[in-house]
Amino acid sequence: MTTLTPVLSAHWDEKDSFTMAGYKRHDGYKAAAKALAMEPDEVIQIVKDSGLRGRGGAGFPTGMKWGFIPQGDNRDHYLVVNADESEPGTCKDMPLLLANPHVLVEGIIIASYAIQAKRAFVYVRGEVTHVVRRVQQAIEDAYVAGYLGKNIFGTDVELELVLHVGAGAYICGEETALLDSLEGFRGQPRLRPPFPAIAGLYARPTVVNNVESIASVPAIIANGAEWFFSMGTEKSKGMTLYSLSGHVTNPGQFEAPLGITLRELLEISGGVRAGHQLKFWTPGGSSTPIFTAEHLDTPLDYEGVAAAGSMLGTKALQIFDETTCVLRAVLRWSEFYKHESCGKCTPCREGTWWLVQIMRDLESGKGTAADLEKLLDICENILGRAFCALGDGATSPITSSIKHFREEYIAHLTHGGCPFDSHASTLFASAASSGRGAGA
Amino acid sequence: MTPQMTEQSTEVVDMITLVIDGFDVTVPKGTLVIRAAEKLGIMIPRFCDHPLLDPVGACRQCLVEIEINGRAFPKPQASCTIPVEPGMMVKTQLTSAVAEKAQRGVMEFLLINHPLDCPVCDKGGECPLQNQAMSTGQGESRYSGKKRTFEKPINISSQILLDRERCILCARCTRFSEQIAGDPFITMNERGALQQVGIYEKQPFESYFSGNTVQICPVGALTGASYRFRARPFDLVSTPSACEHCASGCSLRTDVRRGKTLRRLAGEDAQVNEEWNCDKGRWAFKYATSADRLTTPMIRDADGELRIASWPEAMAVVAAGLSGKKAGVLVGGRATLEDAYGYSKFARVVLGTNNIDFRSRVTSEEERSFLASKVVGSSVTYADIDRADSVLLVGFEPEEESPIVFLRLKKQVRKRGLKVTAIASKLSVGNAKLGSVFVSVAPGAEAAAIATQELTAKSLILVGERASESAGALSAVVALSDRTEAKIAWIPRRAGERGALEAGAIGNLLPGARSVADISARIDLAAAWDVEALPSEIGLSGEEIFAAANAGEIEALVIGGVDPLDAMAHHDSLTALKQAFVVSLEIRPSAVTKIADVVLPVAVVAEKSGSFINWEGRPRAFEAAVADSLQRSDLRILSMIADEMSRPIGLASVKAAAKEFASIGTWDGSKAEFTSVAPSALPALKEDEALLTSWRRLLDEGTLQEGEENLAGTARQPVAVISRKRALALGVVDGDAISVSTEQGTVVLPVLVEEIHDDALWLPRNSRGSHLLATLGVASGALVKVVKE
Repeated sequence: MTTLTPVLSAHWDEKDSFTMAGYKRHDGYKAAAKALAMEPDEVIQIVKDSGLRGRGGAGFPTGMKWGFIPQGDNRDHYLVVNADESEPGTCKDMPLLLANPHVLVEGIIIASYAIQAKRAFVYVRGEVTHVVRRVQQAIEDAYVAGYLGKNIFGTDVELELVLHVGAGAYICGEETALLDSLEGFRGQPRLRPPFPAIAGLYARPTVVNNVESIASVPAIIANGAEWFFSMGTEKSKGMTLYSLSGHVTNPGQFEAPLGITLRELLEISGGVRAGHQLKFWTPGGSSTPIFTAEHLDTPLDYEGVAAAGSMLGTKALQIFDETTCVLRAVLRWSEFYKHESCGKCTPCREGTWWLVQIMRDLESGKGTAADLEKLLDICENILGRAFCALGDGATSPITSSIKHFREEYIAHLTHGGCPFDSHASTLFASAASSGRGAGA
Repeated sequence: MTPQMTEQSTEVVDMITLVIDGFDVTVPKGTLVIRAAEKLGIMIPRFCDHPLLDPVGACRQCLVEIEINGRAFPKPQASCTIPVEPGMMVKTQLTSAVAEKAQRGVMEFLLINHPLDCPVCDKGGECPLQNQAMSTGQGESRYSGKKRTFEKPINISSQILLDRERCILCARCTRFSEQIAGDPFITMNERGALQQVGIYEKQPFESYFSGNTVQICPVGALTGASYRFRARPFDLVSTPSACEHCASGCSLRTDVRRGKTLRRLAGEDAQVNEEWNCDKGRWAFKYATSADRLTTPMIRDADGELRIASWPEAMAVVAAGLSGKKAGVLVGGRATLEDAYGYSKFARVVLGTNNIDFRSRVTSEEERSFLASKVVGSSVTYADIDRADSVLLVGFEPEEESPIVFLRLKKQVRKRGLKVTAIASKLSVGNAKLGSVFVSVAPGAEAAAIATQELTAKSLILVGERASESAGALSAVVALSDRTEAKIAWIPRRAGERGALEAGAIGNLLPGARSVADISARIDLAAAWDVEALPSEIGLSGEEIFAAANAGEIEALVIGGVDPLDAMAHHDSLTALKQAFVVSLEIRPSAVTKIADVVLPVAVVAEKSGSFINWEGRPRAFEAAVADSLQRSDLRILSMIADEMSRPIGLASVKAAAKEFASIGTWDGSKAEFTSVAPSALPALKEDEALLTSWRRLLDEGTLQEGEENLAGTARQPVAVISRKRALALGVVDGDAISVSTEQGTVVLPVLVEEIHDDALWLPRNSRGSHLLATLGVASGALVKVVKE
């Protein structure tokens, strides 16, 4: 039985966890001081050795990404933290920033030093005002404490940190669209190459990292690469935040080593809501193909989930029990993708527009069995044909749900509409009133 | 990779060999896969791709399968974004089922929201979407949902309409405006399927190059207001042609239906205009079909009224009027090379004089010397701009006066940061877009600033026709070129000027760069023309011809396409005309036809064949776009007059003139020496005085733009530009009216405070409410009085 390993979330239950005092009580900013005493390349090597991989979904090795930045090129480098967390179901970065914004600031200091960036940016989604305020305060406190600005930690290192608040577009979580948006343009993905490591923000070498990736760095520096490397599975190292939501007794954040299974997480979180059974779930947000009860023992690491036909993604585990109509759930996601498609490329722009119409017809019983094949064919024409991964993500819930629940789609046609009682899947319909805690 | 020499330059280019659909193809490094495939004749469908725009990969229509050294990309790739690599293996729709299905899928997506209005759409019949839907689409749609609709159409400018539901969002128009024209006034708004091209609320789409967006739109989303719903493409007869508006030398395509030009498009010429043209060249052609076109000869009767006459009668009157008279010839800068050659030969052979001038504008003797010694027979090309290490602009505003030169400069500025320096009194919009170094001088003080420039043998000096308006400026240019070996190119505004110079339609030159003063050149030409001798006295300039007519020393004038108020400013010219016997060859009534004794109607460019010589010295030949026109060319009419006067010039057709001009060749003897001129001292200014500076805007009240209201709607607003210092002194702010006066008249315009020399005041030369030569009698360098209205 895998147990929880709270590191990032270790002190979330302390009332002042988000303050400088609260952070420093647990050795906050000591890792940064330690890193600044090393050579930048040494810091990169430690992160490489730790096996840390990007927590934003793709799982690219963080140290290797830093190593791509050309050193000694006499150009400005930038670190950009992607805090535009917008994937349906994903809710790890925002709670993290709410409860412990300083760990991100400290991670930024270390990462910027490693890639020799004198300026870093946090791009946070605009809807989360309370998170914005706490991060802003943390940055201000760090400036006052001499951790940001000129001569930080009494060294000759300089770092300016800018918090940028986005305007609410899912596409701006895509790293190159984020850079365009940060530069003041419309957020639409850029053509690659050049990759951000060569020409990113303002056409300068840029590292774009997820909040959790950067927030994991101080602990790695403090405890060493081996400590981090000792957790997790063969190729997926360290601890990470799993976000359970939906029909689960105790939804919230669960920090555990990579490779834990949903069965274990459900045990820890009190299981599927009382009196109900697991029907389907997403391993990493709405863009990852859905799983069913047969995947309860799939190790939730990059390789394990991929081998089972999905993606670890953002580890947003949305749990749906048997009261949920899969078609209804998938249609809601499809509507999200249609609404959020940036419009740049044809497959995503037109495809999501079309998918929603067919899904709506199917849900209301107006479709035909042939529509299912059409739906799958349209998905095939989007997947891998769109400009960025957003188009791919829009197809995942549809293709995976048809794969696992084709009969349920057909049932809508024979039933002349949705055979489910949509009320039954709501929380307020739940007979058992389950306690709702926040995290481990 | 093997190095190879390209045709146009001596640079060594690495070549890469790859395999596409089983065929080897070798292309220069950096070539995109989609274009390497073209070389093999393999057409990959595409929409957003355009060879002159940066790759964007937005439409996804050109997906292909690619592997490099055995490693395949996991997904199909947009062939318009991937440069070739050694060991690359590409499978297009012809050999890959995956690529084929991907392309069909994208085509189906593009069509689900596209209206089926091809039967009423202007693009129907010449539409890339329509064509590629046939090659890559399904016969029947699988889409049964609701199509996206918009209110239609919306004006994005007075010239261009947008039907948003037809738009496939390839962003060619917005990318062109930003990357090529430097006018990012349109952009994508909204997102998803509701994404659309939009304009800014505060900045209208007033770009001189906006028409190109209509031409490169791959669907019928952007249409030109003056062509919309006028014709079906299959009813049009297209003729490759050359633009008559300026000296850039654009290749055009003229589309005619039943004898009427309905539209003009930019033609393709990689060495000149690439695939672009300006809005004037595209949309100003209605003058040719205006209701007041002259169609028959007219003779002024004893009662002073013009009456219609037959050609034989008119010829007889002309012959009698010109015979034995001391005469002069004025040929406007819009004649074709062949027509100008006709005027040139007519003056020498029939009238026995060198009194001929093609320069119907403000000129100087310094300029005539400059043209005869430094310009005629020379060749500096667009490719020289591509190679130049820096470019100096003197008396020349590229965006206003030769827009394709502007585009080429812009391209090099964007591509490699070409340094452009402008010696001018006001920083123009165009120079601001080029990021030019602005050397601010008082009007008339150009020479001193030119002298201090540092150039190299790889630099270019682009000299405009307005350099003649500042004494000593051309002399300083020549000295600078002598000192630094920088090349000089002269870029006049009008399309015919360079050809007329080569044809010797000027007092100090005979055709083919033969100096009038050079006896061996005269003998050479006399032999070629089979005449005993040619007049040896240097001819008068246009201005001098008017003065001589006033003094009674010239008794007859042959005038083709000249507005006297365009040129020498003086009302004197009109009185001169009244005294002399005037033959006017014109297309429409003008100030000259009002006075002329005989008016002879001539063909417009679309109705005849011929050629222009652009600023590079490059011939731009064209055929008649309107077939079977009854109008005769200037050349034909001059030949008829010569016959009537029993002194034939033997130029009965354009072909004959072109052949003869080619056969006499360019003089290989010595060229005229340049005579340097010293700058004039600047006048001292009182507080309410300024030195006038001006140029003609591309879109203004030029006679060839008459009747084009949609075009005029995007012209820049007429304003009087003054410096901040002067504005403070006058107590005016932007928008306040000021009056600018000379003894002759006053112009009143709203003020705009911009970057301009404190002593200078800028006015548009020929815009609404600002006709400087007619109203003030001066154009540049003159003292004007400035008062708040």
